[in-house]
Amino acid sequence: MQGNRLYEGQRLALKYFTVAVVLFGAQLLFGLIAAIQYLYPSFLYNTLDFSIARMVHINALVVWLLYAMIGAVYWLLPDEAGVEVVGVKLGTIGFYILTAAVAVVVLVYLFVQVGPGTEMTLWLITEGREYIEAPRWADIGIVAVVLVFLYNVYATVMKGNHTGILVVLMADLIALAGLYLAGMFYTDNISIDQFWWWWVVHLWVEATWEVYVAAVGGYILIKTLNANRQVVEMWLWIEVAMMFGSGILGLGHHYFWIGTPEYWWEIGALFSALEPVPLVGLFVHVLYDWGKERGKGNTIKNVPAFAWLTVETFGNFLGAGVWGFMHTLPQINLYTHGTQWPAAHGHLAFFGAYVAIMISAIYIGVQGKAGLKEMKMTRTGWWAISLITVGVLLMTVSLTLSAYTQTMVERGMHGATWEGYFIAQANKWFVQGMGWRLAAGLSVIAGYAALVYDLLTVTKKQPEEVYKAEEAAAQTA
Amino acid sequence: MENRPTSVWTSNRFWRRSATWVTGVAAVLLILLTFDSMGQMQMGTAEDIQNKVTKRIPSPVVINYKIDYVLDPYRGHEVPVIGGQEVDSATGKVSSKFEEKENFFGRSDWSEEEARALIHKGKLTIQAKNCMDCHTLLGNGAYYAPDLTKAWLDPAWSSEGPLQAMTGASSKEEAMAIFLQNPEKYPTHERMMPNLGITPEEAKAVVAYLKFMSAIDTNGFPRNFGKIKGAVDARK
Repeated sequence: MQGNRLYEGQRLALKYFTVAVVLFGAQLLFGLIAAIQYLYPSFLYNTLDFSIARMVHINALVVWLLYAMIGAVYWLLPDEAGVEVVGVKLGTIGFYILTAAVAVVVLVYLFVQVGPGTEMTLWLITEGREYIEAPRWADIGIVAVVLVFLYNVYATVMKGNHTGILVVLMADLIALAGLYLAGMFYTDNISIDQFWWWWVVHLWVEATWEVYVAAVGGYILIKTLNANRQVVEMWLWIEVAMMFGSGILGLGHHYFWIGTPEYWWEIGALFSALEPVPLVGLFVHVLYDWGKERGKGNTIKNVPAFAWLTVETFGNFLGAGVWGFMHTLPQINLYTHGTQWPAAHGHLAFFGAYVAIMISAIYIGVQGKAGLKEMKMTRTGWWAISLITVGVLLMTVSLTLSAYTQTMVERGMHGATWEGYFIAQANKWFVQGMGWRLAAGLSVIAGYAALVYDLLTVTKKQPEEVYKAEEAAAQTA
Repeated sequence: MENRPTSVWTSNRFWRRSATWVTGVAAVLLILLTFDSMGQMQMGTAEDIQNKVTKRIPSPVVINYKIDYVLDPYRGHEVPVIGGQEVDSATGKVSSKFEEKENFFGRSDWSEEEARALIHKGKLTIQAKNCMDCHTLLGNGAYYAPDLTKAWLDPAWSSEGPLQAMTGASSKEEAMAIFLQNPEKYPTHERMMPNLGITPEEAKAVVAYLKFMSAIDTNGFPRNFGKIKGAVDARK
């Protein structure tokens, strides 16, 4: 549309968003392969085995979310602070280094896959620790790039406005980056290994990432609804108190069975049971603001971004909150730990808590790039959000049914042995769940195709009145 | 920057301070608990075993001993037992005797140094081969293949079990090592383990790790492991 001025930081954000969307595609592709292998185990056997497909599936997810998260910060940072991002050139170099490193890591994952049982493998090929398999050299590279990013954030905020959203983000991002260090050492003691590994995994996804989401969600509310900043920021601080208050010690729910003392049963049960509370708050807050602004006759400034934010609040509450709570108490977790339960929970939680809000942030970027004051949802956009959301919900329900069967048959009836495991895997209801999961995955992939198309074309396919309003505004200016 | 709040409940300053305090207190508690847990989770030594001191994570020399996993009525769940069990008649509490040995690859005198070297190699191999992206270890990992927490004690690998018989080996450890090196030759299920290029030394080390891991006190996870085989077919 008409020329519009973006901060350099925001141009960098668009680069991050682009890679994020590409890696999102890779995530879905490898998820599809893994889902097929559950039903047809000979598919790509000894070529691209389940372990590799699943590793790339999850690593692509984590990395694309991190890309989108960094992108969203670079987008809102100059906007909130009111000044250009300090050190944006350095940030751009960091972006290219990070992207090259990610590409090399993925190629090694795919074509080298595994190495001999030596330290060299951990340095060059894979660390073999679920979710954070990236080899040590890449870990160090990631830390370096993140340090540049943190410097940019801190220096920019120091120079510009210190809004509540930025203050929360500054505190949160330093914790987020620091926690990664807890996953960068080797020990022969598998219990201590998993203890610190959960510091990274849990304190990311159930604490610092959640707070990040609350902060970025606040920004999106202000952008899409003109929500009152003071109210948004008050809620944000309440969210921080509740999320860190429950999430930090909620870490205990990973310390039930890994060689840790028994007191984690009580601590983990109590605090992780409280973890859904802030998610209800987030959910109420968004719907409340929506109703309030509608009552005043105000329109939504970016309908797709707001729609995805709504999916986020539902999905976060259902996926992280409800599905997490279902198996978080030790009395239940004794039987569900290590079954498809965490898979069911993980799919809806990551989608609801992180994927949806990152897509929302990307839509904010798309709108900003075109310089539109208002952006409506296109038909393709509706298809995308519907196919993806319904797909993930169906996937979650399917996995939950398989999980239930597995828990009852393998754990309840057969005492968790090799034989019990395979009897449960062959159970008709377990297999049916896996079949429906695959079908749901195809729906998500169709939705992804629609999403990519929509992100590329949404600003050109707006209804006439949007462009007329833009022209009128341009003339008065 | 802020309007004067009408009540403390709508004061951003109040909530900011609350958030800071709550986060600080939670973080300090976590750090204190972590120190305590780390103390309890240090790997034991051969000396501990000689002195009959039970550690949550025992010395790797447990590979010289017979390992079992039995219900402890006192703790209300199963516990690992190393080298035979002793039951306290008053409380029912089960403890390890650290006496009954068994051969591991033909020896039961693996020194602490040798055993540590073995499990070091085993752990490195477990990571280098991405075991956790199909299996669960201590229940964490992927769900495409059986949990390995107590795999050493799995009846399928016992002398009467189908898996040991399949490899033609005369001991559990040899059967496991043969399988790990040639998984496609010994399909245990339609869902077969891929060939990961595991060498004989690596296989031996991984099996040592599995035996060592089965002796870790996991607070009763997994429940009823291998104890109710046949329960559903009891009438047969």
